Amino acid sequence: MSILTALARLLIFPGILFAVPAAWFFLWVERKSVAMMQGRIGPPFMQPFFDFIKLLGKSTPQRTGVAGALMRAWPLIAVSTAAGAVGLLPVLPSSGGFQGDLILLLALLEVPSICIIAAGFTSRSIFGEIGSAREAVLSVSYNVVFLLAIISVAASQHTFRLEALAQAPATSLRWIGILAVLICLPAKLHLNPFSLPNAEQEIYSGPMVEFAGPELAMWELSHGLEWVAATGLVATLIAPQMAFWGLSALAFVALSFGIVLLLSALAAATARLAIDTTVRFYWQCTIIFAVLAVSSALLMRLRS
Amino acid sequence: MNLWKRLMCYCRRRSPWLFHLNSGSCNGCDIEIVAALAPRYDAEQLGVRLEGSPRHADILCVTGPVTRNAVCAIKTVYGQVCGPKAVVAIGSCPATTNVFIDSRTLDGPLGKHIPVDVFVPGCPPRPDAIIEGVAKAAQILAERGDEVPEVITAAEVQA
Repeated sequence: MSILTALARLLIFPGILFAVPAAWFFLWVERKSVAMMQGRIGPPFMQPFFDFIKLLGKSTPQRTGVAGALMRAWPLIAVSTAAGAVGLLPVLPSSGGFQGDLILLLALLEVPSICIIAAGFTSRSIFGEIGSAREAVLSVSYNVVFLLAIISVAASQHTFRLEALAQAPATSLRWIGILAVLICLPAKLHLNPFSLPNAEQEIYSGPMVEFAGPELAMWELSHGLEWVAATGLVATLIAPQMAFWGLSALAFVALSFGIVLLLSALAAATARLAIDTTVRFYWQCTIIFAVLAVSSALLMRLRS
Repeated sequence: MNLWKRLMCYCRRRSPWLFHLNSGSCNGCDIEIVAALAPRYDAEQLGVRLEGSPRHADILCVTGPVTRNAVCAIKTVYGQVCGPKAVVAIGSCPATTNVFIDSRTLDGPLGKHIPVDVFVPGCPPRPDAIIEGVAKAAQILAERGDEVPEVITAAEVQA
């Protein structure tokens, strides 16, 4: 891959130029499907864009010192890492050079969550701190399952390179891994029933409570980009390989959209669970999937 | 007016985020605000979102006749809403203190403490009147730009 193709991937498709409108579109789909399931019409198509522009034009409270600088920095770090994660997705076939690495992608996907935890504690609001603590507990619970599932997928194909993973044929083991990843996605994207950290009724939207204006706009954008990256990761694992790059791009977009619809419907149909129930769900119920997947992957490795 | 300002003006009109503040209300107006967001009236079609934190909000919706205890909270929360901002007084209580006038536990009406942009009278007002009041406040917000209101002027929405 030449530097030009790398830049095109990062800036055009599936990078910034595709990812930002896609993020707004997914945020709209989330709100619209919740509205439709409640028997409402819901927000207009351009609503996330209106919200973003409006938030850019709002003032922020005066903050000085290190805490002020950090509060401006966290959302920017979250947005840039989420955009980088989207740019790494192996949607289009490339040739040679730097190819997406699964470990880098997972690290980039994890940074926004860490930023949210840090942001809540930096804001020094009691609600923000509770939200951050919840986010930290949630992240420890779902990440065990999430990482085990991804490792099992990678181990069964003998590679950590995203390109090779996307091109490998789907096995039954891979489907178990994908299922475990899908179960983790609502927690990763803070959706019902695992929307504990940003519970707007109980803790005034948690870590975001003190953020206003452009900072909040960046948080919204990073949330949308996380949607694109997380659904895109599953979509690239599911998507069949096409000969023509346009077709594979189309399959990627369609599959991502399908996963967004599925997750939004789940969010609209469920209520928020308590923190102990959530942790128990991940540590007791879902981990069986992941352990099954990873142990069978290792057995396959030993036998082959 | 350049393009960015026109876009900003349009987006402010299309995306009013509310923060609901109860200053000693009987809960009559509060359930009407919820009704305005519920399926029958569905204020989200106008981009309205009820926010948990005043930092996220553009429009402060105040209900209740402003009790003595609430005055400090109202001023704090008004200060926490980042500019540009607007205030909608929902119900007859914040406008005139209603039947509680001359009560020694009150320090109303609301206009004494913070500048109010739109009054929505009624006891309680209908959800469609509340939505019209919010839409009018969003229009005021868009036209006002970044300046902070000094003079207390208010439009009135008929219930």
